[in-house]
Amino acid sequence: MDRPTVLECRNVWKLYGPQAESVLSRHGGAPSPEALREAGIVPAVRQADVTVAKGEIFVIMGLSGSGKSTLVRCLSRLIEPTAGEIRFEGRDLLKMSEAELIDLRRHKMGMVFQHFALLPHLTVLENAAFPLEVQGVDRRTRLDRARQVIELVGLTGREMRYPHQLSGGQQQRVGIARSLIVEPDLWFLDEPFSALDPLIRREMQDELLRLQGRLQKTIVFITHDFDEAIRLADRIAVMRDGAIVQTATPEELVLRPATDYVAEFTRHIPRAKVMRLGTAARPLIGSDFAGDLPATALVAAVADRIEAAGKPFRVIGAAGEVLGQVDARTIVDILIGRDLPA
Amino acid sequence: MIRGRAASWAFWLGLAGITAVLSLNGKEIAQATGLSWLTKYPQAWQLHLDRQISAALKWLLEEATFGPFQFRDFTRLLSALIEAPYTLLRNLVVDGFAWGRGQQAVPILPPMAWLPVILGFGLLALRLGGARLAVLVTAAFLYLLLFGLWQSAMVTLVSVVIAVPLGVLGGAALGILAFRVRWIDRALRPVLDLMQTVPVFAYLVPILFLFGFGPMAALVATVIYAMPPMVRITTIGLRGVPEEVVEAGRMAGCTRRQLLWKVQLPSARRMMMVGVNQVIMLTLNMVIIASMIGAGGLGYDVLTALRKLDVGRGVEAGFGIVVLAIALDKLSQAAANRGPRDPSGGSWLYRHRWILAWAAVVVASYPLAMAIPPLAVYPAGWQLSTGGFWSAVVSWINLNLYDQIEAVKVAALTWVLVPVKTFLLGIPWAWGLVLAGTIAGGIGGWRLGVMAVLMTGFIITAGLWPEAMITIYLCGVSVVIAMLIGVPIGILAGQNDRAYGVVTLILDTLQTLPSFVYLIPVVMLFKVGDFSAMIAVVMYAIVPAIRYAAVGIRGVDPQLVEAGIVSGCTRGQLIRKVKLPLAMPSILLGLNQTIMLAISMLVITALVGTRDLGQEVYIALTKANAGKGIVAGLAVAFIAMMSDRIITAAIARRTAARETHA
Ligand SMILES: Nc1ncnc2c1ncn2[C@@H]1O[C@H](COP(=O)(O)OP(=O)(O)O)[C@@H](O)[C@H]1O
Ligand SMILES: [Mg+2]
Repeated sequence: MDRPTVLECRNVWKLYGPQAESVLSRHGGAPSPEALREAGIVPAVRQADVTVAKGEIFVIMGLSGSGKSTLVRCLSRLIEPTAGEIRFEGRDLLKMSEAELIDLRRHKMGMVFQHFALLPHLTVLENAAFPLEVQGVDRRTRLDRARQVIELVGLTGREMRYPHQLSGGQQQRVGIARSLIVEPDLWFLDEPFSALDPLIRREMQDELLRLQGRLQKTIVFITHDFDEAIRLADRIAVMRDGAIVQTATPEELVLRPATDYVAEFTRHIPRAKVMRLGTAARPLIGSDFAGDLPATALVAAVADRIEAAGKPFRVIGAAGEVLGQVDARTIVDILIGRDLPA
Repeated sequence: MIRGRAASWAFWLGLAGITAVLSLNGKEIAQATGLSWLTKYPQAWQLHLDRQISAALKWLLEEATFGPFQFRDFTRLLSALIEAPYTLLRNLVVDGFAWGRGQQAVPILPPMAWLPVILGFGLLALRLGGARLAVLVTAAFLYLLLFGLWQSAMVTLVSVVIAVPLGVLGGAALGILAFRVRWIDRALRPVLDLMQTVPVFAYLVPILFLFGFGPMAALVATVIYAMPPMVRITTIGLRGVPEEVVEAGRMAGCTRRQLLWKVQLPSARRMMMVGVNQVIMLTLNMVIIASMIGAGGLGYDVLTALRKLDVGRGVEAGFGIVVLAIALDKLSQAAANRGPRDPSGGSWLYRHRWILAWAAVVVASYPLAMAIPPLAVYPAGWQLSTGGFWSAVVSWINLNLYDQIEAVKVAALTWVLVPVKTFLLGIPWAWGLVLAGTIAGGIGGWRLGVMAVLMTGFIITAGLWPEAMITIYLCGVSVVIAMLIGVPIGILAGQNDRAYGVVTLILDTLQTLPSFVYLIPVVMLFKVGDFSAMIAVVMYAIVPAIRYAAVGIRGVDPQLVEAGIVSGCTRGQLIRKVKLPLAMPSILLGLNQTIMLAISMLVITALVGTRDLGQEVYIALTKANAGKGIVAGLAVAFIAMMSDRIITAAIARRTAARETHA
């Protein structure tokens, strides 16, 4: 990654239970799960390392109870971690005073919640404007701003409704609008679509990608749904029992799972959906090509074209260099899982 | 397991056996052994806590100083703070404003005429709850007008209007503090527990002592009495705000204060409105009772009617309380259920058109009332009265049903009330102490046992053992009867949606009635005495017995019922073997509530001449003997607390046993 780091955490622990801190230090800062269980402690997050680069969508994926919410709340310091170090744009987040933290949240961070967390007594417009209200921005300015973000999330015409008059998907759009109104640099989304029906969920994922195309935020996105993770992520951190077991691109996760646990997750994922042409390319052999394709293209996205062409395509890297070729047979190999490149 | 069960049965049966032997033969045994102090607690051993409390209160009132201030200044300040708005409002709707005092007073402004008051409440109801509520509320106020209860009703209403905001704001403030500061929460909890179990009269006594007879004392007592649920509900409401919503507020960059005012309190609004409704109902209940210490109003009308045995007037005034209670209840519920206001546009004038129109009517009403006197004071000649009718009803009943009623009464007294009373009074106090400790300890563990021994010990050393036994006897008999009638009704109502709807509606209405009202028909039919007290207690306390049974039956998982049907249960078996056991925890909770209500009502039945702890408090009240009132009040509270803890422990044991079985 050559992009600058926005958020970085090292060795973060969050333990719930009696005298968590002393238990942690007694075991040299790295107690085993057995030792913790003996001490009656729930390890919500264990020894987590995360680095999020500017402009990327970083997904934290894990089953329910694996510690995703706790980790993301440590990253935004809604929860004090038991131990560890967190840096945001180079500043030590854990050393910040209450006032600095409030200032940071007012201008640099936004968060979207699983159950929307809208204020029941405010209209759509007022909900979206709430972070500005808290900052003391005058009513007219903040409502004007709110109208803009409401339009951005496609809710124009419903400004005067109350949350309970909206569908789940619409409520989450309000949540998104509210989190975007301060134009945050870092955007946390904790399972934002998990409470929605599958069809709406897909629509909202597309919507998120569309927004990200326009806004280019740095995103930390939580989900328990591996398909969702793959659709959205630049990189994915897989969590299990509070620990991060692997951090990698979707393609790496599928092709080279670090543990059996990760492999179990990725097994049902069609390779073509995560594999990019750069990985799929074979050495150049012919000279008669149907055309050039970028190395970053997903195999699934270009499979039809390659198959229809009847001739191989050249695969071109980021700097314009030729990485190899792909043809219909390569596609078939990938689809049926034969002879995968190591 | 079976052996454990058998042993525990043997234990409880044994305990009952010993108690029976001691109760029936206690005197003889005591005489034979020469240990008569074991049955009758010697007067010389009494602790006279009441005198010390009285002395302490007297000292507080007359000598205590805090820096430059006397305690008396504090009570005076509090009085003045409440008195100012009270007098203002009272002058506005009851007495009118005048310049100067006494004989020389020059009237400036007469009291507001009845028309704008009725119109005001009608419009409020229309705004809050639509046409139906408006009709209901207007009818309620018209009733008060037509039956000549207007003045009294306004006095009561003024007290309510002053006391409710104080109770709500004070309760909310304490609730917020308890929510934010841990130790305040911890310190407050037992105080609230005690406040909710101490009988209402017991509040009146020390307050009467500190503030003197009159509306101020009544208002202070009312505010204190009505505040605890608001404190509780505020804390619960704030705790119940979803964690995510609070986090959303923090992520928006709220300061702690902004978080409270802009996120937590508005999100807890619905819950807090339930508290407001509770405060209103409790306030009304207490304002009625406080008529005994000079609050005046409808309660006073009922009280005088009861004393004069003027049945007609009593029923009318009592019904006046009922309609006022229902109107206030429905109004506050409508306010609570109103969603966030519609963001309507329009100018200031347009948005406030209703208030402005009403204000215009108010202003116009003064000259109009001057020109047309009936508008100012509804003429006595136009009043309706059902007094004759009710007197006729009572004489008819006395003529035609006297024998039957007497027969029932005598039967109940001979076969149930007197034997139970004799039995309980026969229990030697020393054995009572053992019994209380054993029962509480056997069910709830040694801590509860110790608590029960200490509390029972307090009652005995205060020399109140016989009165406590009479309290337990009246309460016990009433609770058993209430459960015997209430639970089957609840079970039947729980099986059927329509029946449940009807029953809930009736129960909701019954629950809005101030406890005082229940005395009226009872005195009408059965005169005074234990039997009347019992009937009043049963009527008042039956509500939770029905409600919890119905809720319990409805809460049974339908899948389990289907499983029962599939296994071939008959309807009866279905109820006995499936629904009833599953509804048991809820029914036991209902039992707990029934006991609490029975105890609180029992104290009020002192007015119909019982000889229990309630009577002690009532006597203390009439003699302004603060120490005696507090001690007797605490004794009642202790009985309530013991029974509450024991039943709660029993429920916990039951569920625990269930879970280990499963
Ligand atoms: N306040 C808390 N007290 C005790 N345990 C907690 C608390 N919050 C979370 N946990 C525990 O930490 C673990 C991780 O929870 P969470 O971060 O919510 O998981 P996820 O968001 O992945 O579903 C769970 O086992 C949960 O029970
Ligand atoms: Mg979660």
